[in-house]
Amino acid sequence: MTDYNFAYLDEQTKRMIRRAILKGLAVPGYQVPFASREMPMPYGWGTGGVQLSAAVMTPDDTFKVIDQGSDDTTNAVSIRRFFERTAGVAVTEETQEATVIQTRHRIPETPLEAGQILVYQVPIPEPLRFLEPSEVETRKMHSLEEYGLMHVKLYEDISQHGAIATAYAYPVMVRDRYVMDPSPIPKFDNPKLHSPAIQLFGAGREQRIYAVPPFTKVVSLDFEDYPFEASKAEGACALCGADNSYLDEVIMDDAGHRMFVCSDSDFCTTRRARGHVGTEGVPS
Amino acid sequence: MKDMTQDTDVLLSVRGLSKFYGARIGCTEVSFDLFPGEVMGIVGESGSGKSTLLNCMAGHLAPDCGEVLFAGRDGDLQDTLKMSEPERRMLGRTDWAFVHQHARDGLRMNVSAGGNVGERLMAVGARHYGAIREGAVDWLGRVEIAEDRIDDRPTAFSGGMQQRLQIARNLITGPRLVFMDEPTGGLDVSVQARLLDLLRGLVREMGLSAVIVTHDLAVVRLLADRLMVMKDGLVVESGLTDQVLDDPQHGYTQLLVSSVLQV
Repeated sequence: MTDYNFAYLDEQTKRMIRRAILKGLAVPGYQVPFASREMPMPYGWGTGGVQLSAAVMTPDDTFKVIDQGSDDTTNAVSIRRFFERTAGVAVTEETQEATVIQTRHRIPETPLEAGQILVYQVPIPEPLRFLEPSEVETRKMHSLEEYGLMHVKLYEDISQHGAIATAYAYPVMVRDRYVMDPSPIPKFDNPKLHSPAIQLFGAGREQRIYAVPPFTKVVSLDFEDYPFEASKAEGACALCGADNSYLDEVIMDDAGHRMFVCSDSDFCTTRRARGHVGTEGVPS
Repeated sequence: MKDMTQDTDVLLSVRGLSKFYGARIGCTEVSFDLFPGEVMGIVGESGSGKSTLLNCMAGHLAPDCGEVLFAGRDGDLQDTLKMSEPERRMLGRTDWAFVHQHARDGLRMNVSAGGNVGERLMAVGARHYGAIREGAVDWLGRVEIAEDRIDDRPTAFSGGMQQRLQIARNLITGPRLVFMDEPTGGLDVSVQARLLDLLRGLVREMGLSAVIVTHDLAVVRLLADRLMVMKDGLVVESGLTDQVLDDPQHGYTQLLVSSVLQV
């Protein structure tokens, strides 16, 4: 494949994106504007993430793509194949083997390690967007650290539902300074944002990049009398029996029969290979 | 002039405030002092510059010249126009309050009444849900909104209730100075009367200082201690409310007072 530059993007663009990444790492949680390029895929399919992956990728990297925890959905398969063809990098489904992991809406269950880069696809980078429609105003609120409004949203949750009902895209405070939208990951994953890996967030349509460097303090917002809880569905995975992983609900038939399975397909497969069997699993 | 203000416990001191819209005059050379616990009324016809003056004082508009000195909690007079923006915004959600003519300008219409009232508490760092809710319930009671409406959105409220909600939302942090822009505008007379009654009670009870802009002389008669009459951007007459209304000196004031319909 010589028709394209390595990893599709031209070197000037990669340089521009790397600058934005460095700035993002220097100011954790701050949304850095960047000149997002047209990518050969529609907005909303991970154009921000793909540009970040292309900018950080080297020929020695091993690449993994997760979509809602799974390695084998259309989106994950096509992005993985895209870099296989344009960069010729090795690809894997195993979290531990990967050096660059692009993800949509999940953090892997297997703890990340130093040296790994987790790239998030972000639809709407501005955590205050649905409360304050003006970009001018939200930027001012970030620069002046005026985050009372974020708690108004959590207040509304409690007054309507009796608990903080925000279950995904749960706002976090990064290093005591910037309130950040961790992309639509379930709040179950929020504690994993404190990680030895580098975490990069890219929003292609909104043209923003932000980052969380390794071991940065990330605190989920809450009230003193309604503390943050990393919640998940009750029960254990029907295939591998894990009761500590984030579960997807699968509707089995029209009679109300359903089962819960691990959302992280690699985590589930690995466990089953090691002989763990859930209530509806088949011993391998 | 300066020495005089420093000797007294003046709360707000406006000096030579002017605002021009190009060649047209917004307001010119307005100066006055406001003392703690005092309510200043500003009356005048539409286009006389009273809202421009109020917005300049509250920091919503940048005046072309003049000073707006405000006594902080330490008693020192500070020019709010020269403050940094974070300081001014902090003032705007602690010591100052602004009641808009249209409640929907001052409320978050997609947030419940309780959230609206609690917002200022959360903006200054309250992080205890129970305490915030308690404060909201207390203030809804004070403005005569039933406790069971706390989780309803302002869109479900009548105009008068929205205005009372806006007042509760502004007063919960115990501001020392309230700017009001036509607080009773657009309300029918019986609702106006209740609102005025409520405002008068709150002003007296909390010892609030306020600057009220209105074209309704009945409002200033009831609420204001002192009065400024504006015409074409200029203050044409000022003095004690009863004095100005009962014995108007300037031709325009005489016209204004005699224009009120007697029922």
